[in-house]
Amino acid sequence: MIFTEDFRLKVGLAEMLKGGVIMDVVNAEQAVIAEKAGACAVMALERVPSDIRKEGGVARMSPISKMREIMASVTIPVMAKARIGHFSEARILEAMGVDYIDESEVLTPADEEHHISKRDYKVPFVCGARNLGEALRRIAEGAAMIRTKGEAGSGNIVEAVRHMRTIVREMRQLTVLGKEELVHEAKILQAPLELVEWVAEHGKLPTPNFSAGGIATPADAALVMHLGAEAVFVGSGIFKSEDPAARARAIVMATTYYKDPHKLLEASEDLGGAMPGLEISKMAESELMQTRGW
Amino acid sequence: MAAIANGRKSKRVGILALQGDFDAHAKAITRAGGTAVEVRTAEGLKSVDGLVIPGGESTTMLKLLNIMNLVEPLAEFARTKPVFGTCAGVILLANKVLSPSQQCFEVLDLTVERNAYGRQIDSRVANISPGPDFQNRAGVGDVEAVFIRAPIIRRVGPGVKVLAEYAGDPVLVEQGMHLAATFHPELTDDTRVHKLFLSKI
Repeated sequence: MIFTEDFRLKVGLAEMLKGGVIMDVVNAEQAVIAEKAGACAVMALERVPSDIRKEGGVARMSPISKMREIMASVTIPVMAKARIGHFSEARILEAMGVDYIDESEVLTPADEEHHISKRDYKVPFVCGARNLGEALRRIAEGAAMIRTKGEAGSGNIVEAVRHMRTIVREMRQLTVLGKEELVHEAKILQAPLELVEWVAEHGKLPTPNFSAGGIATPADAALVMHLGAEAVFVGSGIFKSEDPAARARAIVMATTYYKDPHKLLEASEDLGGAMPGLEISKMAESELMQTRGW
Repeated sequence: MAAIANGRKSKRVGILALQGDFDAHAKAITRAGGTAVEVRTAEGLKSVDGLVIPGGESTTMLKLLNIMNLVEPLAEFARTKPVFGTCAGVILLANKVLSPSQQCFEVLDLTVERNAYGRQIDSRVANISPGPDFQNRAGVGDVEAVFIRAPIIRRVGPGVKVLAEYAGDPVLVEQGMHLAATFHPELTDDTRVHKLFLSKI
């Protein structure tokens, strides 16, 4: 049984982040800009995804001094990324008191078979997923928030859309199946039957489901909210654009007013240039971040 | 479009849906017998009899309230109709906010300190025993209180009634028609706190 008091507290913080924008930041200065623009949380990382792509090399947990600086500079929750399977980075982040850990495919994986056993931690975890099976495996390991992966650092929304549509469709399909069929489905999804049955009954994940990976404009944020995202993560999209403060504020507005085209128009005006984007189909398989994690 | 429950009009409760756990509050209001309506505009405020300000990030909500020119309409609403704030909602309704000091609506005579228990690892679920006033009006028994990066009420004014305490600090208070909780009754199945709010509308 995963629905313990501890799990409820972890999911509780994710509930408080709904309808908001979580912004990637690499230092205190960016964290302050994000908070002033209305971010509901910031994500500390060493380099934003588009720089990791450009510069290559091993991407690790953010330096401790940077994270301390970020935590001291804002009052909103501070999340931080750990490498997939790197439970030692995760323990350090927990000891520092970060509010959420993202076991993230954006960093270079530390383990190519095992994710972190996340139930053993007091700090909650968020994990990426491209489909329902992946999401439920992460929840079984203890993740208290799922974010669809998209393709980080691409500035291209197509993968975020694909992953959100996939998860929502797969959840909907479960709701019409009988008990025996769910057993079979659990086998195909490679996910625990208990969680598959829960999704079939409720038509949603037992944790909040946010969107990430490729959001670069207010319209992108509104699009994924319409498709079923309950909040959005923006990585390179803000601090790789021409006017980060204005764009951050606009994406916050668009996430709240995603159903109101006039407010979206208002949010989209005079933002300066968006981050440059990448065509996913022209990228080599080895350049993709979304295929990391299993 | 008033919903009918038990043969009479059910109360229309606005849920301020700028950011936070507004969906959980909408479900709790529905379970408690009210009609929940998400509110994001000044226009939306006009059609409801009471308002819930949910948990979430108070800085994000303030930003949007200011951008969307909702500060005055919300203040005006609170002068004539009941408001129920939880967590971030209490911070917005207080008349003084500490750590750091920030804009607030001065609806409740409270001083509130943000994130006063610490970070997420200090979040907790606690059983609290509300005073007889709450139990007489809302029903007997303890309340399961979920505190998430919660604020602490450091001072209550003379017009504020403390309905429940946790570790010596007020956690559920009322002042006239308004109600405020530093914890999250919307995250449990117990509907008594939401029913109490409905009874004040």
